[in-house]
Amino acid sequence: MAATTETQQALKDIGGDYKHGFVTDIEMDVAPKGLDEAVIRMISAKKLEPEWLLDWRLEAFRKWGKEEEPEWAKVHYPAIDFQDIHYYAAPKKKDGPKSLDEVDPELLETYAKLGIPLREQEVLAGVMGSPNIAVDAVFDSVSVATTYKKKLEEMGIIFGSFSEAVKTHPELIRKYLGSVVPVSDNFYATLNSAVFTDGTFVYVPKGVRCPMELSTYFRINTKETGQFERTLIIADEGSYVSYLEGCTAPMRDENQLHAAVVELIALDNAEIKYSTVQNWYPGDKNGKGGIYNFVTKRGACRGVNSKISWTQVETGSAITWKYPSCILQGDNSQGEFYSVAITNNMQQADTGTKMIHIGKNTRSRIISKGISAGRGQNTYRGLVRVMAGAENARNYTQCDSLLMGDKCGAHTVPYIEVKNPSAQIEHEATTSKISEDQLFYCLQRGLTQEEAVAMIVNGFCKEVMQNLPMEFAVEAQKLLGISLEGSVG
Amino acid sequence: MTTMLEIKNLHAAVDGKEILKGIDLTVKAGEVHAIMGPNGSGKSTLAYVLAGRAGYEVTEGSVSYDGKDLLEMSADERARDGVFLGFQYPVELPGVNGMTFLRTAANAVRKHRGLKELDGIDFLKLLRQKASLLEMDDGLLKRAVNVGFSGGEKKRNEIAQMAVLDPHLMVLDETDSGLDIDALKVVSKGINALRGPDKATVLVTHYQRLLSYVEPDFVHILARGKIVASGGKELALELERDGYVNYVPEAA
Repeated sequence: MAATTETQQALKDIGGDYKHGFVTDIEMDVAPKGLDEAVIRMISAKKLEPEWLLDWRLEAFRKWGKEEEPEWAKVHYPAIDFQDIHYYAAPKKKDGPKSLDEVDPELLETYAKLGIPLREQEVLAGVMGSPNIAVDAVFDSVSVATTYKKKLEEMGIIFGSFSEAVKTHPELIRKYLGSVVPVSDNFYATLNSAVFTDGTFVYVPKGVRCPMELSTYFRINTKETGQFERTLIIADEGSYVSYLEGCTAPMRDENQLHAAVVELIALDNAEIKYSTVQNWYPGDKNGKGGIYNFVTKRGACRGVNSKISWTQVETGSAITWKYPSCILQGDNSQGEFYSVAITNNMQQADTGTKMIHIGKNTRSRIISKGISAGRGQNTYRGLVRVMAGAENARNYTQCDSLLMGDKCGAHTVPYIEVKNPSAQIEHEATTSKISEDQLFYCLQRGLTQEEAVAMIVNGFCKEVMQNLPMEFAVEAQKLLGISLEGSVG
Repeated sequence: MTTMLEIKNLHAAVDGKEILKGIDLTVKAGEVHAIMGPNGSGKSTLAYVLAGRAGYEVTEGSVSYDGKDLLEMSADERARDGVFLGFQYPVELPGVNGMTFLRTAANAVRKHRGLKELDGIDFLKLLRQKASLLEMDDGLLKRAVNVGFSGGEKKRNEIAQMAVLDPHLMVLDETDSGLDIDALKVVSKGINALRGPDKATVLVTHYQRLLSYVEPDFVHILARGKIVASGGKELALELERDGYVNYVPEAA
């Protein structure tokens, strides 16, 4: 397919460097460094939040003070000074943009450079090859633009920035915020609960099948800023939605923290498909700089026959700590986790999933593909838990690791806890190297070394990649090639 | 006829052990040469050296291809320039669609030749045309490359790739091994269909069997890293009758 050729072209175009490493020079409204109650009050005030939400944040902040940073993951990094981070940064503006015409042209330019079409006519002109994507763009701490809002509104679908939804649909936020990832869930989720700035909110009403891919594009721009976004997606009874997020950040020598929380709720017969293409700046070859991606993502299949499917392609970040999970509460509900994680150079990833089977006849499927190159360390960590009441639960897990070179590492840490004897659990795992035979075979047919590696790796990841929405699959295939550039030979 | 391949005093080693000990061979355009020899004589090593496989170190001698120094070219450059190796054991590429793989390869070759790259539809046309020439269906190409293929399917797939890539110099390493008589006929037919005045073929084989279907112009016997005898196709028949005993005493 053309994707491999395009990977090569992309490689040439960017000369192997991180493509999204530029900085947008724009006037920013930045909170002073450090975190205390005053900063939280400031964030809440900036967003004109109701009293209850401020109280929620403050409670989280007090709990955070008592929690400890998790140390069980197989990742190593110097201690983070949480007082040396800006917790709020927003492009300066008079009022919120009412339409795209009011969005700062500098920002539109930034997203155009990233290949994210914010102007609907650009989307229609086929910038991404398909008009069926609505985009919400989050720049540092705030959402700057949402496309196709009107069209979605006509169907009753709410899609937009989190802070706006707090104003327009407080009842939904109040009901569901923190209901899947409680305030005190873990150190980073608690921190996020205290300081989250913006993110995306989606509500799909009963019986509605969302006709387009919903997409959020996250961009960290300001120096020494943490990005703490909060995403909440609710699929009401019998509805369906497919959502995709993409992420980039400038190249900087210092590390930047990204601690997001994503909560998904699927009610009776509803389905949510959540895809991520994570390409935060991974740091340089020697491990200097890069994003610390410490993210809590969890979905609750609350209703009967509901389904949540996570697909992630993790190519960026210096450190990835992330376990998109499913709580399979409703009878006959299904959870899926498809993951490709690449660690090249000095990157470290500790990622996997948790599948918690509570309801009867619940099913889960885990397909994890880890690729380690350079000195990268890649860990799959997963939990399959079958509770006593979960009659006839089933799980299938497959963890494959691919090693490139002899200085990288692949680790698999699966936990299985079964409290109901009717459960059927399968676990398969393989570890392999790209063989000399495979490479030579490709070279002998005329492929270059880079094309050959991209071809073999894309083949290895195929079961995951085919779960991505079409519009993003090509992009993701390119990313795999770019991320592994220079890792063989 | 022009000389396509000229090998002079070729020595090559694998892991420091010398396998080829001074090979001389000239192949002209339009010719088919068969290289025969007992196990361990260096037949596959010669094929790999011609294709430029890493780890096969040329310690002495020269190889010119179309007037160019073949040994100066990387493996993928050789392939794009028209050197094709049919593998004795074609390699599995899990998850890599055969069509995708072959189109990428075909376009790499076409680009090198200054031809327009083919889109999916044009490629499919070319593929159908080649497949009908070989009386093969294109079903194999819809699967992952060589994954779960039988021995015969793998070899047929090699010939299909060869037909699409349209190489000038075809080096076929034991393409006949592991084939039943029907598969052997199909594969031979493919090889014959790809013969031409501007192409040359080097058949590396253990048995005379293939040569009943693909008639060689020359037969060479390789033993202990050297060509010890050369002749016409009658040499192959002699080997079939007497074995290698007259050339390699210990083979008796």
